[in-house]
Amino acid sequence: MYENPDGVMIGLEVHVQLNRLKTKVFCGCTTDYHSDPPNSHVCPVCLGLPGSLPVINKKAVEAAIKVGLALNCTVEEHTQFYRKNYYYPDLPKGFQITQYDFPISSGGYITIEGEDGEHRVGITRAHMEEDPGRLVHEGTIDKSKYTLIDYNRSGMALLEVVSEPDMRSPKEARRYLDKLRNILEYLDIFDGDLEGALRVDANISIKGGQRAEIKNISSHKGAERALLFEIVRQKNVLRRGGVVVQETRHFDEAREITLSMRSKEEAHDYRYFPEPDLVPLKISGWAPAIKATLPELPDARRLRFVEQYGIMDDHAKALTSELKFAIFYEDVAKKVDPKMAAVWVCDVLKGELNYRNLTIEAFKKEHILSVIDLLLNKKITEDGAVDIIRTLLDKGGSPFEIVKEKGLLKVEGDIVSTAAEEAIKENPRAVADYRAGKEKALNSLVGAVMKKTKGRADARTAREMLLDRLDKS
Amino acid sequence: MIGKKDLEHIGWLARLELSEEDKEKYAPKLNSILDYFGEIDKADTEGVEPLYHVLPMSNVFREDVPIKSLTQEEALSNAPKNQDGFIKAPRMM
Ligand SMILES: [Zn+2]
Repeated sequence: MYENPDGVMIGLEVHVQLNRLKTKVFCGCTTDYHSDPPNSHVCPVCLGLPGSLPVINKKAVEAAIKVGLALNCTVEEHTQFYRKNYYYPDLPKGFQITQYDFPISSGGYITIEGEDGEHRVGITRAHMEEDPGRLVHEGTIDKSKYTLIDYNRSGMALLEVVSEPDMRSPKEARRYLDKLRNILEYLDIFDGDLEGALRVDANISIKGGQRAEIKNISSHKGAERALLFEIVRQKNVLRRGGVVVQETRHFDEAREITLSMRSKEEAHDYRYFPEPDLVPLKISGWAPAIKATLPELPDARRLRFVEQYGIMDDHAKALTSELKFAIFYEDVAKKVDPKMAAVWVCDVLKGELNYRNLTIEAFKKEHILSVIDLLLNKKITEDGAVDIIRTLLDKGGSPFEIVKEKGLLKVEGDIVSTAAEEAIKENPRAVADYRAGKEKALNSLVGAVMKKTKGRADARTAREMLLDRLDKS
Repeated sequence: MIGKKDLEHIGWLARLELSEEDKEKYAPKLNSILDYFGEIDKADTEGVEPLYHVLPMSNVFREDVPIKSLTQEEALSNAPKNQDGFIKAPRMM
């Protein structure tokens, strides 16, 4: 049982941009604006020009239902839109079309790996809304004279996923975000690599204080850092006998601190009222058909990998935590020994990719197949295999070329044997040390053998051959 | 009852600058509107379905098919100020 000594309660509001749709949520402008000039994907609707009328994108509603179902929510019988009124330049209309007391889905959960094993985080609701435009400040936000506005993003379909305050540590919050993103990727409704695809607001309180809402978190790592900072801050306030007040705070990503926002901004008075230009939706009847089309989700795939391929659960978990990796692994596992594939894809390749900040697209399936093949046929050593993978990532080429260029073909047993004999002859001190009980001296002899064979000997074989000889004489 | 404080708050929300004279004038008007809602509140709605929307319709959709957007030039044509394709607005707060 996790004690949660500080009584930490964290709830997250995650804005998911449904950027796999072809068009925005209430108009036909395309969503493919990321590399285009500002204000080049806009129309009277998403610019909020007088007299324009929104009409909802059917696919956006379907995507929202898909997410709701994947998060174990109930799709509501009646759902409708509201106007949330506030004045800020990113909202051309002076209000945002969002949902209020009739969200499209509610009452679900996500299972994460918590502080004490499997932990369920409740999903209060997942509601639809439109994305505001993008603001660019000249210089810093508090010093620039002007705000520059690009409305290309205005009107993109967003889904706001609101959790219950069920997370008890920043680590759990991060795992929740990772899991949510993972599920969204499996659903194929968003591309998490695009700018602004996922934005997070966090609510956090500790025992004896009010909750703070932290805005402007743009990464999973940022969320963890912001929450860690906030717990320390709130504890310090309480320790000094102060009061932790309910407030909105802004996360300064560069300095990794949260700052109180001015109280005037906080005086929220959104004056929600039903959006008269959009009629209600009665779409709960769509749920069964959409449910039937849901793809296999991460947890289900993890279980299947363990059963079907006989791999360790830790490997299955790591492989399924990124959809592209899961697909890559499965393609490889169908052609070679799945357990060996899990080790090389998960333990080696994933590590080398992470180290270089690369994604799986940087590596060809055929190449890992060749490497595993070379290993199975005992043509190369394990060190040689790692060398090939690193070279492929750093310089490219093909495994066979690299084997040839670097001379990685494993040397024959008798060559190792000769090298072992020579090593013993040339290093009498190490031999004496070993015989005197210094086990470590053996390592320098193995090193000598490797040097003589230019690293192409299998270290284990070299060790065995040395031991054989040392014990005999 | 809407007092001077409320009126100033409502004005701020709408970014309207209200003179003392405006405030004197608007307070009674807004109060009479509120009074009228008070009248509506008295109606017996026992057993009546709530009305969520004035139109007796639901499920109006658009297919996910792109249309031609405005050109950047057209989009910027109503903006008082622009710069490098962006609309330029005074800094907030
Ligand atoms: Zn538009």
